[in-house]
Amino acid sequence: MSNAKAEQPKCPQDRWHAVEMPKQDPKVRAHNFDEVALGYTEEQALTEAARCISCPKPGCVQNCPVELEIPAFIKLVKEKKFDEAIRKVKEKNSLPAICGRVCPQEEQCQKTCVMGKKGQSVSIGRLERFLADREMQKGVTAPQLPSPTGKKVAIVGAGPAGLTAAADLAKLGHRVSVFEALHLAGGVLVYGIPEFRLPKRIVQAEVDYIKKLGAEVRTDALVGRLFTIDELFKQGFDAVFIGTGAGLPQFMGIPGENLGGIYSANEFLIRVNLMKSYLFPEWDTPIRVGKHVAVIGGGNVAMDSARCALRLGAEEVCIVYRRSREELPAREEEILNAEEEGIVCKFLAAPLRYIGDKSGWVKEMECIAMELGPPDESGRRRPVAMKGSEFIMSVDTVVVAIGRTPNPIIQRTTKGLETTKYGTIVVKEETGQTSLEGVYAGGDIVTGEATVISAMGAGKKAAKSIHKYLMKV
Amino acid sequence: MYKIVRKSELAPKIKLFEVAAPDIAAKANPGQFVIVKTCENGERVPITLVNADTKKGTITFVFNEVGKTTRQLGLLNEGDSILNVCGPLGNPSEIEKFGTVLCVGGGVMIAPMLFQVSAMRKAGNKVITVIGARIKDLLFFENEMKALSDEFYVATDDGSKGYKGLDFLKEILAKQKIDRVVAMGPVVMLKIVSEMTKPLGIKTIVTLTPIMVDGMGMCGACRVTVAGKTKFGCVDGPEFDGHQVDFEELVQRQRMFLPEERLAALFHERIGGINVVKCEG
Repeated sequence: MSNAKAEQPKCPQDRWHAVEMPKQDPKVRAHNFDEVALGYTEEQALTEAARCISCPKPGCVQNCPVELEIPAFIKLVKEKKFDEAIRKVKEKNSLPAICGRVCPQEEQCQKTCVMGKKGQSVSIGRLERFLADREMQKGVTAPQLPSPTGKKVAIVGAGPAGLTAAADLAKLGHRVSVFEALHLAGGVLVYGIPEFRLPKRIVQAEVDYIKKLGAEVRTDALVGRLFTIDELFKQGFDAVFIGTGAGLPQFMGIPGENLGGIYSANEFLIRVNLMKSYLFPEWDTPIRVGKHVAVIGGGNVAMDSARCALRLGAEEVCIVYRRSREELPAREEEILNAEEEGIVCKFLAAPLRYIGDKSGWVKEMECIAMELGPPDESGRRRPVAMKGSEFIMSVDTVVVAIGRTPNPIIQRTTKGLETTKYGTIVVKEETGQTSLEGVYAGGDIVTGEATVISAMGAGKKAAKSIHKYLMKV
Repeated sequence: MYKIVRKSELAPKIKLFEVAAPDIAAKANPGQFVIVKTCENGERVPITLVNADTKKGTITFVFNEVGKTTRQLGLLNEGDSILNVCGPLGNPSEIEKFGTVLCVGGGVMIAPMLFQVSAMRKAGNKVITVIGARIKDLLFFENEMKALSDEFYVATDDGSKGYKGLDFLKEILAKQKIDRVVAMGPVVMLKIVSEMTKPLGIKTIVTLTPIMVDGMGMCGACRVTVAGKTKFGCVDGPEFDGHQVDFEELVQRQRMFLPEERLAALFHERIGGINVVKCEG
């Protein structure tokens, strides 16, 4: 944990207020990569758990993609049965330390919490995190596994979908091999989400837990190039799960986008998170961040990029978003964190072109102001450029965070695999089965860029279907 | 971990590794590359393949000790292992019977050109090979290239061996009908060759070596402009039509991290000892 001074959490005045989680002071944390949110103490967890009224028809469970038995685990927390509580959590969720940190609970379980109707919802995510962190400190033990089924499953991609499917299938007694193209398992959890939001030791510990369940993790293995899906079956796998995610960066295709100092959010975050360039030169991979950074986009990835840039020494970091604050797709909590740290936002603006200096480095960005028109197909009001409103911003670093598209390699190298025009893989909604027998898919590769927990939900669903398929075969 | 089964020094600071990687060897083709990482805190470095031996289950690559990582790699010996080798990445070269093919390899990229020359020869082409380096001491694979080529030429920047510079290529191009040119080497060489062949309308394929991080399409660090469109060196290339490449942009982008690369090399020199020990774990 960090040595930085923690803010004192406010005590709940009444049961309608949630117990705040201690955080690093914004002024301090804006200059380090240590975790921002510090987690509940036991006392805080007990106070918060006591707010759960154990409704007979809990709205939270229905709204959880992995159907976590929330009132049941919170009841165990109330009774101080922490070991039993984490076991209860892990029956449904193999990655609780991760979910407790990065799930958008306010959009899911906590959204339908009955307490939220009058006051603040129970902080389900914080309680989940408390239990997972407590267990990690004590040392995690794997549950007793059933006898082996003799079936082998290949999981392609060690991100949230793949790791969840791997854990569930291993728990059912199948032999699981996870193929990861990068040198570390975790997918977006290691290359995308920054250390200060999700420490990499936490991801590593969750991956270790999945290994303890008996799953093998094979890194440096880019399926599609090294082995095709067909070849995996020839190698003796009985089923395959594809969870290759949405990892391709998008650019706007405007003039000057290839100037020095302009990164895709993926490149920026891969350098910072996976390659730990904030520790350069002790770690080899460099990154260069100037004084004036613009981040294009308004999602969680944009917030993460902006907050990384600030920590890397930028004087000013500005989020440039073409809609207004209300339409920002990032989690409210992350927007607030970013604002507290001093990130500024330029709403209703979009870049038109980049202007470079003699050495080919970006020095200016020409933008145009936008106004909001009628809603588009996403339901949000469509931004419309205002003629004659062009203006210049001085920038020396730009991060383009306008979304990611599906990784195409499996689709290109697998005959008969049905895909959409967006490059995502078509699956049966109820089962996650693709157009090929024994081949399942889930997560961003099916839905396009979404959340960690929805990918985990898809991994879980596919694992169930794969189990059924294997036991019938 | 990937074991080094053979190491040799081809020229000063230019080293060859043959590495046990049977799965990669089974799939590797000329034109493809691997991403190598030497230690936990190391960077991911793309290196073009020189050979793949499916029987022995090995791949071969050659590197020039120019930066921190390649120097560190050079310290490894036969029997040592490389932490991460990922591949084969990138698209295989287009190998078919074109007729007469001119292969131009320069600098450390002479090495992967051998893979290409051998494949072009096997496909039934008449192969004219040119290898070049700054000075004669940096030339290598002369005998191997000669044995596989119908015509073979050597060039150096200073004229210390063979032709001085690449001007003589014009004569070769004028002398006979050439159906395709493939070039691998420094950007300036790729540019010169492409400029020579463009007026003649000879399809010229160049291998680009932009900066990469993941090497599999995720980061876009390797973006290059080809025919006015942005392409990714790793997944759309690494081979492109030399007549369409924006070489100036490529050079600028390759230089993006020069100060940091120098700092890393210096850091490695001064306190490299600690780093190397840390990396053996």
